Parts: sequence; C-alpha cells; structure tokens
Amino acid sequence: MKLERTLCDVRPGQKVKIKQVNHCGSIRRRLLDIGLVNGTVVECVGKSPCGDPSAFLIRGAVIAIRSEDCCKISVFDEPG
Amino acid sequence: MGLTSNSTGRGAVDRGIDIAKSGSSARIIALAGNPNVGKSTVFNALTGMNQHTGNWAGKTVANAQGTFATQQEQYILVDLPGTYSLMAHSAEEEAARNFICFGDADAVAVLCDATCLERNLNLVLQTLEITDRVIVCVNLMDEAERKGISLNLSAISERLGVPVVGISARKKKSIAKLTAQMDKMMSGQTCTKPMKIRYTKGIEEAIALLEPVVAEEFPGLLKPRWISLKLLEGDEQLIREIEKNIGYPVFCSQQVFEALERAKSLLYENGITSDNFKDNVVASLVLAAEEICMDTVVSEKSDYNAADRRADRILTGKWVGYPLMILLLLGIFWLTIVGANYPSQLLSAGLFRLGDFLREIFASLGAPEWLNGLIVDGAYKVLAWVVSVMLPPMAIFFPLFTLLEDSGYLPRVAYNLDKPFKRCCACGKQALTMAMGFGCNAAGVVGCRIIDSPRERLIAILTNNFVPCNGRFPMILNIITIFFLGTACGGFSSILSALILTGFILLGIAMTFAVSKLLSKTILKGVPSSFTLELPPYRRPQFGKVIVRSIFDRTLFVLGRAAAVAAPTGLLIWILANVTVGDLSILRHITDFLDPFGRLLGLDGVILAAFILGIPANEIIIPIIIMTYLCEGSLLEMESLTQLHELLTANGWTIITAINVILFSLFHWPCSTTLMTIKKESGSLKWTFAAFIIPTIVGMGLCFLVNLIGSLFV
Repeated sequence: MKLERTLCDVRPGQKVKIKQVNHCGSIRRRLLDIGLVNGTVVECVGKSPCGDPSAFLIRGAVIAIRSEDCCKISVFDEPG
Repeated sequence: MGLTSNSTGRGAVDRGIDIAKSGSSARIIALAGNPNVGKSTVFNALTGMNQHTGNWAGKTVANAQGTFATQQEQYILVDLPGTYSLMAHSAEEEAARNFICFGDADAVAVLCDATCLERNLNLVLQTLEITDRVIVCVNLMDEAERKGISLNLSAISERLGVPVVGISARKKKSIAKLTAQMDKMMSGQTCTKPMKIRYTKGIEEAIALLEPVVAEEFPGLLKPRWISLKLLEGDEQLIREIEKNIGYPVFCSQQVFEALERAKSLLYENGITSDNFKDNVVASLVLAAEEICMDTVVSEKSDYNAADRRADRILTGKWVGYPLMILLLLGIFWLTIVGANYPSQLLSAGLFRLGDFLREIFASLGAPEWLNGLIVDGAYKVLAWVVSVMLPPMAIFFPLFTLLEDSGYLPRVAYNLDKPFKRCCACGKQALTMAMGFGCNAAGVVGCRIIDSPRERLIAILTNNFVPCNGRFPMILNIITIFFLGTACGGFSSILSALILTGFILLGIAMTFAVSKLLSKTILKGVPSSFTLELPPYRRPQFGKVIVRSIFDRTLFVLGRAAAVAAPTGLLIWILANVTVGDLSILRHITDFLDPFGRLLGLDGVILAAFILGIPANEIIIPIIIMTYLCEGSLLEMESLTQLHELLTANGWTIITAINVILFSLFHWPCSTTLMTIKKESGSLKWTFAAFIIPTIVGMGLCFLVNLIGSLFV
C-alpha cells in the first residue's frame, strides 16, 4: 500500500492542499487556528539549517512547524 | 522585550488585568489582535506610554494599559495579549477572552495585519460573536501597498457589519482615523450589525434550540447565541467565568440543563460528536474569513514577499545560518567594546574629579571626616562607578540589540535553534526568552509564557539566568577589557576581547542546552511537545525611534534602578568597613569568614561577599568589590581601567581569578527580582529554589574546576 503523502514530504517551493489534520488536543486547535483547515493551499518556503522545522506559507503568514507535527498532516498534491 | 519600568523589576510581576478607572466617565477600549500586527505600536502612539514593540509573538507579557483623550472623550486603552483565537487554549487567550467578555469594555478594537488579513479575520469573527461593539482596525496598510495588496475596506466593513478603518501605525497621523471611529462609536453615531457565522446544519439546529432558553435564563449577560455555542462545546473555563459573574452554578437551572441535553442529542443525530464539534466551528470561521476576503483583498503580485524569502534563504540557510548568528553576536559585542572604552574612561575621570571637588566642599564646610567618608567615599563613589562603567556599554548595546529585534530577526533565531532545543526536549521559543534575558532576566522569565507546554516553560524559566542580563553584562565586559584587552585599544585586541566575550556567552548558551537536557531527563521528564512559530515579515527598523526609545526606556531606566540600589549599598559598605568589632571591621569579619570558601572557588572572600550583597541588583557587584578593596588598602584614585587593573592585581587577582569571576557572574543565583518573578510564574517555592540552586551549583562547580586546573599550571 502506498503511504499517504504528508506535509513532511513537501520540499521547499512545492505547493500542496491540506487533506486532514490528524492531531488531537491543543496542537490540533492551534493548527486549525492558523488556518490549516481541509482544502487550504500551503507552500513550503524553507527549512531551518538543521533541516527541521520547516516554514510554510499558510494564508499569507509564514509559520514554522516541526517535522513530527507535519507528519500527521495529510495533503493532496496541488496541480500546477 | 519591553524593558520599561512596567516590564522589568517589580513591574515584571504581573498583576492581571485590573482597570483603575481614572474618572467614572472614561471609556474603556480593549485592544485585541494577532501577535506581530503592531498592537504595541498603536498602543504607544495612542497613550504615549513608552512600551517597546517586539517583533514576535507574545510580546505583551504583562497587560499594559494607558489613557488618552480626544476632544470628545476620555479613554482607557487596555492592551490585550496577542492571540490568534479566543478559544482559550492558552493562558493568554483566556485572559484576552475573559476581558472581552467580562471586562466592561465600551468597545473592542481588533487590530489586523493588512498583509495577511484573512488569517486575522478569524479573531475578528470570534470577537463579533461575543460583542457588537467592535472596531476592526487594519494596520500596516503601507506595507500592504508596497507588497501590491489592495484592500476594499468598505466592502469588508459591509460584510462584517462593523466599522473598518485602515491605518499605518508607524505614521502617527493615520492613528487619528482610529480615534475618530472610537468617538463615533461612543457617541452612538455608528450602529453595528455584526455578521453571523453560519455553522453546519446540525450545529445551527442545536443552537436554535438552546438559544431562547439561555436568553431567558441569563438575560443581559452575553450574547445568548454565543453562550449556547460554548455550552454545546462544553467550554468549562467559560462556564466557570459565567458562574463567577452570575453567582450560582449554570446548571442550577433545570431548563438550561434539559435544553442542553436535547441539543446535544440533536448534534449526535447529525453526526457531530464532541470531538469534531470544535473542528466544525473552526472550519466555519476560517471559511467565513475566506469568503469575506474573496474579491475584497486583491494581491497584484503573486511573489510579494520574495524579498523576505531571499533574506530567509541566507539568514536561515543551511551553511550560513549558524555562522551568521554568531557573527552578528560577535559584531554587536565588538561595537560595544570599542565604542564603550573611551567614553567610559572619560566619564569616570570626570565623575571622580567631581568626587574630589565634593570632598573639598565637605571639608570647607567643616563636615566631620566620617560624614565625608560616608557620603563621598561610600555612596558617591559606588554611584560614580556604576554610572561610568555601565552607561557606555548599555547605551551602545541596547540600541544595537533593539535594531535586531525590530527587524524581525529574532524569530529566525528561534527557528534556527529549534532543532537543538528539541534534542534537549525543550522548545525553540526558549531562544526568544533567552534574548529577552539579555535585557533583564525577570522580563525573560515572564516572557516564558509564550511557551505553551508547562514543562518546557519551566525549563526555560529555570535556565533563563544562564544568559547575562544587562546588570551582569558590563561587569563581564569590564573584566575582559581589564585582563585581556590590557591598556591598549588597538583594533586587534578589541576583536580579541569581543571573541572572548562571545565565547563566554556561547558557554552560557551551551550550559542552557546542557541543563535543559539534564532537566528533561531527570526532574522534568517528558517529550518535546508541538511547536508552531510565526516568522513575521522583515521590517526596516525605525532607527531614530529605536535609539531614542532604547536609551530612554532601557538604558536610563536600568541605570536608574542600579543607581537606586548602588548608593545605599555604598553607604552600607562604608559603614561595614569602618565600624570595627574587636580589631577588625565588620566587613573584614565577613570577608575573612567567606575567604576560605572563596579561595576554594578561585575567588576570594571579598568577591563572594560582593555577589551575596549584589542579590538586589547584580550591577553593584564590581563597585562593591572595588569599594571593599579600597577601604582596606590605601585610597587610590580610580580614574581608569589601568588603575583598576593595578588595584585588582594588588589584591591578588590573577587571570584565573578573572576567569572565575566571569564564570561566577554568568552562573550564580538570580537577582532577587528574578527570584520573585520565578516564584510568581511557577507558583511554587520548590521551583524557585531550583532556579536558585541550579546555576549556583553549576557556577561553583565550574569555578572549582578552573581553579583546580589553573593551580596545576600556575
């Protein structure tokens, strides 16, 4: 079975669409608060020097998210 | 990192939001908004209170309030903590929401960022659900224009049903639009019809069932629709607050209880569980915001923040990110050392000449010798030292650091350092609290509120003291200058001492990591929690304002505080040194007692006594040391660092002593204000004691080691 694509796999410069945020508790609410609801288009704009966290352009703001948290956010490829 | 009389020292101990109405007629305006939208800039522009604006989340650590007046009204402006939402997920959100709900504000001004309005509307919409009296203030219009984003504010206002004003807070004139709107609202010229968020069918049906019952049971409390929503959500925190206000349990009312039960089963029938209820609500809010911004916010250039991304590629780049951070630190230190050297000498020469003059006046007035000693040798001399030694480095370091802060670079430091912090099971935002610690450790400890996880917050609080605050920074700088720079002020030796200083600071940072890791593995066990950090756009610092503000707000304030402690301590030291018990002065008794222990650490009794007496303010440690040496030896004229070097070596200081004093000043107990703040923030004596003992053990251990190794070679 092919593993589901998550925000973790998104390289700098790539754009994806959020499919599902699979966290629970306070981090889930925080991610939703910053606008990560289903269907939101997100662009990876860079990585920290250590490779983690990564920075994403979400609804006009740049937000850094750790890879552990990215892995629980499943995404669709955004065509184009 | 607002270092003002309100945010450092005793002021750093937060007192919650208490509003002291100056006159009964004054109107209260709550200022809400996301982090990084310029809330403090607006606050300062309106109230003229000198509260510094930081460019990162959670800057408003203590709730500030100020007053201002228009021709029509008197206002009290309350600066609420910056939040993304009012769902009360964090202490800050809870405080902001409670104030909007129960703070009796006459209006809430929600400040938004024009460059990402859509995200900001989430907070606006949530505020509209609580109250009708909302003014939406869209800030950074100039920046949006520069980025080619055009906003149709009147259309947005129509959709939201409340007034919307566009301003550029950095230009003072545009703020008048906001105050004019406040006046209009106060005089009743503006009527608002806030839009209603449409939730999914199931939620709407449940609200429709519950709302009339709530309206009847709690008349005039808050909007019944919103209370219903929160009851359905099961927001216990809000229920507690409501109960505090109405004075009896909410579910005392049988009708409310029954209606809620029925509404909940209705939700269940529609497939909405308590788990996905909040998701539904948030998604509706986000989609509503998206709808409002559709065709009202138009961005002409798709790559409007390309410059920021280019800067990020360098400043957070894989190879250059870390070296640049260290180089920046080094550069700031170098400029401080080079710039402070000469003015410092000039100041001390001048002030000590004034001291001689004072002595002559005292003598000519026929004052007794003890009075002369008490005032001039005691109080005045310590004061003069504090001023001449501390003022120049602070007057250079603070503006430089503030420029860095204003530019938006500091969140990038947190971003760069998050991985190492995560390795230590801590949070990258700890880097921001450390940066605040450079200003004042007490402010740094309060700043730890930006860290969400209680465990990680406690780690940040306990290790904040490893960053030297402005009280200790000049001391470290001076000793380095005296013992490593020598008397020459050539280009190379100043670079060398900047390197040494950077080395010590890096040691402090390394110790922060080590102790954080140790704490995570022992008494504060746990895994790193989640982390989101906003990287705000880079902004050109406002040079003029930064310099004026950092000199008046920080430098003079910190100096004032140091001086206030220094003069009485000078008096005390003089008395201790001149009142004898038996053959020796009291001071001598104390230092002799501490001496063997001090020697063990490569220090001496005098230094140790100075560190103990310096608990109220670390600024006075070096003056105490000098005073004590001077009292016991012949009275020297301390006009330059060269003479200070002579005095210290005459009292047995070696390079090992100098290293140990620097180490001990970097790692020892926090000052009394910081301890009080830790007690307040952690709410426990146990953790306050831990904050006291951990750096002390580290410092003593290191000094002991260095002394041991040093004695093998010397």
